[in-house]
Amino acid sequence: MLTGLSVHELAGRFRRKEATPTQAARAYLDRITALDPKIKAYMTVTADRALAQAAAADARFQSGRPLGLLDGIPLAIKDVLCTRGIRTTCSSRILENFVPPYDATVVTKLLDAGAVILGKLNMDEFAMGSSTENSAFFTTRNPWDLARVPGGSSGGAAAAVAADLAAATLGTDTGGSIRQPAAFCGRVGLKPTYGRVSRYGLVAFASSLDQVGPFGKDVRDAALVLQAIAGHDPMDSTSVDVGVPDYSAELEGGVKGLRIGIPAEYFIEGLDPEVEAAVRAAVETLRGLGAESQSVSLPHTEYGLAAYYVIAPAEASSNLARYDGVKYGLRVPGARDLIDMYSRTRGAGFGAEVKRRVMLGTYALSAGYYDAYYGKALRVRTLVQRDFQRAFERVDVIVAPTTPGVAFKMGEREDPLQMYLNDVFTIPVNLAGLPGVSIPGGFTQTGLPVGLQIIGKAFDEATVLRVARAYEAATAWHERKPELTP
Amino acid sequence: MTQDYETVIGLEVHAQLRTRTKMFCGCSTAFGAPPNTQTCPVCQGMPGTLPVINRRAIEYGIKTALALQCSVNADNRFARKHYYYPDMPKNYQISQYEEPLAEHGRLEVEVGGVSRAIGIQRLHLEEDVGKLVHEGSLETAPSSQVDFNRAGVPLMEIVSLPDMRTPEEAAAYLRSLRAIVVYLGVCDGNMEEGSLRCDANISLRPRGAVEYGTKVEIKNMNSFRNVQHALEYEITRQARALETGERIVQETRLWDPDKGRTVSMRSKEFAHDYRYFPEPDLPPLDVEPAWIERVGATLPELPAARRARFMEAYGLGAYDADLLTGSRALGDYFEATAQACGKPKVAANWVLNELLRELAGDDERALAACPIPPANLADLIILIEDGTISGRIAKDVFEKMYRSGEDARAIVDREGLTQVADAGELSAVVDEVLAQHPKVVLDWKGGKKAARGFLVGQVMKATAGKASPAVVNSLLDEKLPKV
Repeated sequence: MLTGLSVHELAGRFRRKEATPTQAARAYLDRITALDPKIKAYMTVTADRALAQAAAADARFQSGRPLGLLDGIPLAIKDVLCTRGIRTTCSSRILENFVPPYDATVVTKLLDAGAVILGKLNMDEFAMGSSTENSAFFTTRNPWDLARVPGGSSGGAAAAVAADLAAATLGTDTGGSIRQPAAFCGRVGLKPTYGRVSRYGLVAFASSLDQVGPFGKDVRDAALVLQAIAGHDPMDSTSVDVGVPDYSAELEGGVKGLRIGIPAEYFIEGLDPEVEAAVRAAVETLRGLGAESQSVSLPHTEYGLAAYYVIAPAEASSNLARYDGVKYGLRVPGARDLIDMYSRTRGAGFGAEVKRRVMLGTYALSAGYYDAYYGKALRVRTLVQRDFQRAFERVDVIVAPTTPGVAFKMGEREDPLQMYLNDVFTIPVNLAGLPGVSIPGGFTQTGLPVGLQIIGKAFDEATVLRVARAYEAATAWHERKPELTP
Repeated sequence: MTQDYETVIGLEVHAQLRTRTKMFCGCSTAFGAPPNTQTCPVCQGMPGTLPVINRRAIEYGIKTALALQCSVNADNRFARKHYYYPDMPKNYQISQYEEPLAEHGRLEVEVGGVSRAIGIQRLHLEEDVGKLVHEGSLETAPSSQVDFNRAGVPLMEIVSLPDMRTPEEAAAYLRSLRAIVVYLGVCDGNMEEGSLRCDANISLRPRGAVEYGTKVEIKNMNSFRNVQHALEYEITRQARALETGERIVQETRLWDPDKGRTVSMRSKEFAHDYRYFPEPDLPPLDVEPAWIERVGATLPELPAARRARFMEAYGLGAYDADLLTGSRALGDYFEATAQACGKPKVAANWVLNELLRELAGDDERALAACPIPPANLADLIILIEDGTISGRIAKDVFEKMYRSGEDARAIVDREGLTQVADAGELSAVVDEVLAQHPKVVLDWKGGKKAARGFLVGQVMKATAGKASPAVVNSLLDEKLPKV
């Protein structure tokens, strides 16, 4: 089955003429038709476009001039990344029918690499959430247990890869939105360093934290997709002009002599014992491969969550101000005047969690409160950054759990604060702007995936991926697939 | 009544920068294009778009800051200013707040021969908003439409200290500031089209008081005259209020030029909370000293320096020098004319009296449309100076030059306007005139000096203005006593 293959395996078949991009695209589209009604990963499926792109890729292979390893590979994209001519909803009513006139830079890069875009993926509204339950349209299911959430906000992107509904996908990570669903769905999800990948065309949630990254069936795939999307973009002034190494080339370098830090603050009360056991076992595996481990301290970890829930909503309240019914997206008719149009449109267009964060953020930026909330949160952010800087003076990567627990049941977490706690181990990485990956680190007794998080120095995705690959090669977790029948 | 109070005025000036492209995207800034034709996803505030700083705009800001003797902040950054209005695509404006581009400058202004330095508090950059187009009046319009062509055009805001004490001083400050930005080529200075906009903060305090009174903000003053009139009106209004024990409300008032008064717009007590915070989409802007130096090296001669030089080098009076340096284009025109004819004072008179009467203004645009190039005006002056034509004829020739664009020599030759200076030829005309006006001659002999002027006029008339006044005068000197 072509849909069961990884990107690098599929690329090999194309090169050996054992399969064509059109066959792969059709296989995926068929599987989406059969299985997605159960998984609900896709917001929009762009079958016609995908087949046209696949046909173009076929021609390139036939003429012996494929573009690269992503040529003809069927991918899908979180619905927060703008796609020209394809509606981009952010899983929100307010953008339900919004069709961008332009492509996000990462989308352009994938298309330029010859990728076939299968469609757009469900998420928590405006990337605010940890379960896709905040999608205005439907909740995506966890392929390992359809009664459970896939995580979020990039839940559709994680579930699609886990259920073989796309070869790889793009998600975005503001406080864990790639790594947490990757952990819940048992796949690889990488959040690059802030500034490594262009945000142009990524509909902003929290501009200083948002970053685009890949989901893959394995580490090699994540490296391939990262390679395609990384790099400075003149359209994004926060993207950094530093060289992009060849990630695949360094992948098999092993971990001999590598120094691994284990942060004491990540093994706290509330951490699922099965998750803890899996992470500790993973450290032993890495030691067995020649790595050295030591305990490190990230003392401000416990304040990260609070700082994040000031900074991210503050930026969100500003970023979401543009949805007012004037220019695009939803406009609720029947307004008496301008203010009435604004409130009716935003009242009907935004879901409860978005409203909650817009209000939180508006309050935090208000005159008289700015210093106490936003100002203080920025100072905490600096402390969290320093924690990592100090730790990275002694170690090359930090290994930790991705989440305190495994995928929970739909509707189980109604208290927003309970939900926010899901991100306690991922948020500090965003605050510090560092790269982090979640890879399959084992399974619970009930068969749910456990995520292992590897955090690296700024712009050192190569080492993060190398450690991830070494662990993956030594284990077989990534080979396990959920049992799914249409 | 008003003399019991001291007036305190500060001005906030917004200048649209003359960059080719907008502040944060590549769209054109040209004025007057059909609605929404100069827009892109960025300046329309589309989801996912990001701003990219226009370095030319920063350069223009630095240039102005240096001309105003400000210190340029090496670390400065943009901030978001939030309020909801349909002409603002993102419902926040990218501006600068805590870390402006430049601070602590000064501008010398002169009123009634006295020079004073007005402090500049800050200079910062921001993006302009779009424009609402209402069907009919705002109150009754069934719908309003938005034109985003202007959205994102770079604006430079220059905030003065509350250093001005009279409306004249405020107008003089605004004139000097306008002259500087126009000289620098960073703004076209057009107040009617809104390229240069001015808001004023004005308060009154009892003479000798140290504390400022409650200030009122005045908007919608789109000319120098309006600024002065609005402030004069406001002084009277506030003084009257204070006299009767009324409380001055801190508010924004609009100047209504037709009714000649200010009207309350909104009270600052319900002011917006702009919720400023650093723009996360733009890293702090690092203005290295080398950049400031490079920009400094391109600074042209500024109005004050040029004015002093015109007085010194060309012997012009302060008033003429002031007018001639009102714009860089006018000063350039004058200087080119003066140098080409070698008679700076005469050139100054022609430019100030004849040329400015015809031109639509004294700015670059008006002078660019001037049909008489400086070299042609210089030729005309040379024709007068060498006696080829009379001053009176010259004025007619000037008008013809202005209408047709022809040069002076061509007109003079074609129309035979060369001055008649031949005493022999004129002698007969003088004789004839004297013979025709015996009564006037008698009046002159009786001591009526004005009678002589009439006779000169008759000679000029008989020669269609071509007679040389000097020759006619000497002929009359010779002949009159003998009649």
